[in-house]
Amino acid sequence: MAGFFDLKARKDAAATNGSSSKAAPVKETNRLQPWVEKYRPKNLSDVTAQDHTITVLQRTLQSSNLPHMLFYGPPGTGKTSTILALAKELYGPELIKTRVLELNASDERGISIVREKVKDFARMQLSQPTAAYRKLYPCPPYKIIILDEADSMTQDAQSALRRTMETYSKITRFCLICNYVTRIIDPLASRCSKFRFKSLDQGNAVKRVEEIAQKEGVKMEDGAVDTLIRCSEGDLRKAITFLQSAARLVGAVGIQDKDEDSMDIDDDSNGKIVTVKSIEDIAGVIPEETIEKLFKAMQPKSKGLVYEAVSNTVTDMVADGWSATQVVTQLYQSVLYNDLIPDVQKNKITLVFSEVDKRLVDGSDEHLTILDLSLRISNILAGA
Amino acid sequence: MALLVDKHRPRSLDQLTYHKDLSERLRSLAQSGDFPHLLVYGPSGAGKKTRIVATLKELYGPGVEKIKIDSRVFQTTSNRKLEFNIVASVYHLEITPSDVGNYDRVVVQDLLKEVAQTQQVDQSAKQKFKIVVINEADHLTRDAQAALRRTMEKYSPNLRLILLANSTANIIAPIRSRTLLVRVPAPTEAEICTVLAKSGKKEGFPVARELEMRIARESGRNLRRALLMYEAVHAQNEKVTNTTPIPPPDWEALLSVIAAEICAEHSPARILQVRAKLYDLLTHCIPPTTILKVLTFKLIPMVDDKLKAEIIRWSAFYEHRVRMGTKVIFHLEAFVAKFMRVVEEFEMDEGF
Ligand SMILES: Nc1ncnc2c1ncn2[C@@H]1O[C@H](COP(=O)(O)OP(=O)(O)OP(=O)(O)O)[C@@H](O)[C@H]1O
Ligand SMILES: [Mg+2]
Repeated sequence: MAGFFDLKARKDAAATNGSSSKAAPVKETNRLQPWVEKYRPKNLSDVTAQDHTITVLQRTLQSSNLPHMLFYGPPGTGKTSTILALAKELYGPELIKTRVLELNASDERGISIVREKVKDFARMQLSQPTAAYRKLYPCPPYKIIILDEADSMTQDAQSALRRTMETYSKITRFCLICNYVTRIIDPLASRCSKFRFKSLDQGNAVKRVEEIAQKEGVKMEDGAVDTLIRCSEGDLRKAITFLQSAARLVGAVGIQDKDEDSMDIDDDSNGKIVTVKSIEDIAGVIPEETIEKLFKAMQPKSKGLVYEAVSNTVTDMVADGWSATQVVTQLYQSVLYNDLIPDVQKNKITLVFSEVDKRLVDGSDEHLTILDLSLRISNILAGA
Repeated sequence: MALLVDKHRPRSLDQLTYHKDLSERLRSLAQSGDFPHLLVYGPSGAGKKTRIVATLKELYGPGVEKIKIDSRVFQTTSNRKLEFNIVASVYHLEITPSDVGNYDRVVVQDLLKEVAQTQQVDQSAKQKFKIVVINEADHLTRDAQAALRRTMEKYSPNLRLILLANSTANIIAPIRSRTLLVRVPAPTEAEICTVLAKSGKKEGFPVARELEMRIARESGRNLRRALLMYEAVHAQNEKVTNTTPIPPPDWEALLSVIAAEICAEHSPARILQVRAKLYDLLTHCIPPTTILKVLTFKLIPMVDDKLKAEIIRWSAFYEHRVRMGTKVIFHLEAFVAKFMRVVEEFEMDEGF
């Protein structure tokens, strides 16, 4: 890969770019991080909305005796953040380097490799902290092995892990992390204390998002925070990314070194506020009118007309790039909460949704699938 | 000779003629310095890649256009050697992991870590991070996607990803959670006409608005296809006017023939005859989904209104089968047989 890793070539290119880029001031690194990383909880008490888990962990922190652990829950709920924060509180910034081993899905995790890595790590001499350091951090006499994203480990690799866990249980603690607890084999799961990470609920997530918005100086329209939380479906990481992008989009955040002559994105009279609409845009929410239009097209009329109308609308929606899963979710909402549709029909419609969801997960063509869904709903609405 | 598609490709965000608001959004992200990981999705031919290349230029300046193609060799755990091509500038690289099929995880795993661990050497680079563009991200295996998860978090000071996909459906939730989703709609027919007219002017083609409109409509809002059709019309005709016919690609013409044959006669003999043609299409690497879809939409106008929904239903059904099964031809043929059956039964009922 000459180009990329070759210094000379890079310097040359730097020279061609030189005049424009030299002017750029050195910026503080923190500002350059995506907000999700910038606001990753630094210690256990920073972790929001997982009160039960955090209380238990804080207690073990004091007793300094840790069980093997299994964290599970949907993406962006704080699993990785929690174990990293816990490790930091146990060992402090120095000792953490030698006492904690993190293996995730980006590492080779075949049976023999995990065994080897764990063996080497477990056998490494425990470095002893100074007395002064010990005052600051508990530094318990064991090491922690984090197996993050463990649901991507094969069953065989998991089985092999059982022995390894037992062999080194005096000097190591394991923490397994996954999204789906059912993907972890029973014998392994039963050796661990389980901690469920809940999807973040309204109240708590709102608090965290508001806190970040305030620190970044982002102004939000009334209801914008609620929209943000609703669109991110309990995933705080998503919520933070949406917030950052919305802020950038409207320029609602002070970009200090912005060129004078660069385009002004937003009218100043609008006050550079993050609006509900801008958040829905970013979150890929389909506008109400579009769903409404599809629903209208599905209403019973003469057969040929229905097909025409539905097929045209669907073709447009597909070309507009709306994701099929989003269409399905929103259409489901609008059909099921529509009081004008009799229950018998709703029952039948639900069955269609179930089938369609499965097909989409299997990777079926989105255009055909959505068209089929719409025509079948239409058929049911017509009383078939 | 470069194709029109490449020759007149816009090179900066300013030059993009449609979705101006999206261009502004990308610009504001590029200028902010804390650029997030992106997942860019939209139908093919909507101009995703062009837009991303323009964004890279906004991020790094013209140096990003000096690209090179490198060939790398990766080794799997079973000691298999994989050859893999990388398009790279000093600031970014572009990869298509689906080229190596099920071994994509090895590539993603090794390459990204390597990139992440080398600092941006160009001290005056506008961004501290480098970018890896991943084409056809929706074809990444689950394992490869899982391998991206912690890498995207851990190395985010040094590395940002831009994933390109036709749809988000095959992207696992943890990856969707780690990226900002950017939807790129296909241009409207009017927008396509504008691009065609502009290209035509540069080439000195005679003005033919109605022809452009016809192409835009037939392209199915696919700009790449529209430009190719536009160029083909001019290459194949001495004199191009508003009424010049637009030749369909060979494979599409063949599908029209198949559709007509299926409608004309409903018999096992006919199925056999059609099978040979379907095989032909498959051996020419026309994707099975495309075959099924195009065939379906050619059949639809030929059947009674009352049957349309049912035909779509079976088409969707067999398309799913094609995905899940291993023998494509079985399912294509089953669709043909089903179609004949449905039409036959309908005609009996109606008392033909
Ligand atoms: N409970 C929480 N409290 C505070 N911040 C959180 C919490 N959950 C998530 N976040 C934010 O989201 C980001 C991602 O969280 P984290 O990496 O812990 O998720 P995860 O549960 O490991 O997700 P995945 O299953 O996708 O790996 C953090 O950097 C932080 O900014
Ligand atoms: Mg995690």
